[in-house]
Amino acid sequence: MSQYIEVDVRGLSCPEPVMLTAAALKDNPGKALKILASEAHVRTNVEKLLKSKKVEFTSSEVGSEYEIVTK
Amino acid sequence: MNRLFDAKWKLAVCGLICGALAIVLAVTGNPGNMAICVACFIRDMAGSLKLHTAPVVQYYRPEIVGFVCGSFLIALATKEYRTTAGSSPVIRFLLGFIMMIGALVFLGCPLRMLIRMAAGDANAYVGLVGFAAGIGTGCLFLKKGFSLGRAHEVKAVNGVILPALLVIGLVISLTTALFASSESGPGSMRAPAILALVIALVFGALAQKSRMCFAGGLRDVFLMKDFSLLSILGGLFVALLAYNVVTGKFHFGFTGQPIAHAQHLWNILGMYAVGFAAVLAGGCPLRQLILAGQGSSDSAITFLGLLVGAAFAHNFGLAGAAAAAATETTEAVAGGPATAGKIVLVCCIAVLFIIAATNCKKADSKS
Repeated sequence: MSQYIEVDVRGLSCPEPVMLTAAALKDNPGKALKILASEAHVRTNVEKLLKSKKVEFTSSEVGSEYEIVTK
Repeated sequence: MNRLFDAKWKLAVCGLICGALAIVLAVTGNPGNMAICVACFIRDMAGSLKLHTAPVVQYYRPEIVGFVCGSFLIALATKEYRTTAGSSPVIRFLLGFIMMIGALVFLGCPLRMLIRMAAGDANAYVGLVGFAAGIGTGCLFLKKGFSLGRAHEVKAVNGVILPALLVIGLVISLTTALFASSESGPGSMRAPAILALVIALVFGALAQKSRMCFAGGLRDVFLMKDFSLLSILGGLFVALLAYNVVTGKFHFGFTGQPIAHAQHLWNILGMYAVGFAAVLAGGCPLRQLILAGQGSSDSAITFLGLLVGAAFAHNFGLAGAAAAAATETTEAVAGGPATAGKIVLVCCIAVLFIIAATNCKKADSKS
């Protein structure tokens, strides 16, 4: 079983990625999320949301996409 | 580069710079309180390509080329360029079409609405009410799980086509008399082409990096209490307002405003359609051009919808007419849309509700 709750926002239009991430944070308190994003601006927006919620995370490029993992 | 606009004050400064760029275009020849209007300029471009034949609004605007190519180049340079397609393209075409109908009934896109507000055009504040209501309606459907589905990565050449076609068109426009070109009216008022192109390239690059979006500004406030995008628009408004006040161009009122009408209901409904459609499409007309530049074929399709919408608006008399005072030879004109424009706009709003309602699903991150 994965140690992360996966939130796949690849290819979705704004503001869906941020809304889905916010919903996942709300629905899974205390659990780590792995957010899969495909666009640079989506990565930026999701990171901004996590910072505003004071959620620690790591962010990395995987091929042409992005993975943001919360702690 | 990603930290370039990571704070609200930086975004506000970006807005100030973009406002200054718009002022330069107005000072050097573009219509005064149109300056850099995306809907108006796509309409002019549609006219130049003879998709419509309204003689006063035909000009292949270098600004449109600059917005798309500025975004394209900065996205390439910062490795944000990514070619995608497949997120309900036909619906996006329709949303582009409807955005243009709404904008031309009001007489301006959200960017021009802000420009008009900064010049004291009270009709634009009326339009803002409709725009905000449209965005609010779109947000309600987003909360219900509205989605046009995922875009997927496609071959890189797809994203090059629109910028390349626009550049080819610009070369043809500058070197031949093939395209139609207005001799009077707004289409004849133009900043020098190279200056317009350079300014629009910078504007497009700034808009790409800052994620500037007129619909997104209010949408993010409504949905997430996030004022980031709105701070760009605040900066832009302040720059334009300061310029208008200092140069004596600020005249508050409903009448005597250039290329505007005071049909309040239709100003509200026009911008309502723009706001609603922009939220469903994921961005305002300017944002669609920027997204198309950074590789989104779906946004390129939305641009085509805007272009065809402009052609329909003028071929079938759907666009609002500007109000005009009486002269020795002509009677006063109240302006606003004719009956056909009113009917089509109401139908467009009905179509938006159908699109919104039929694309809702319970939010599911794994779908």
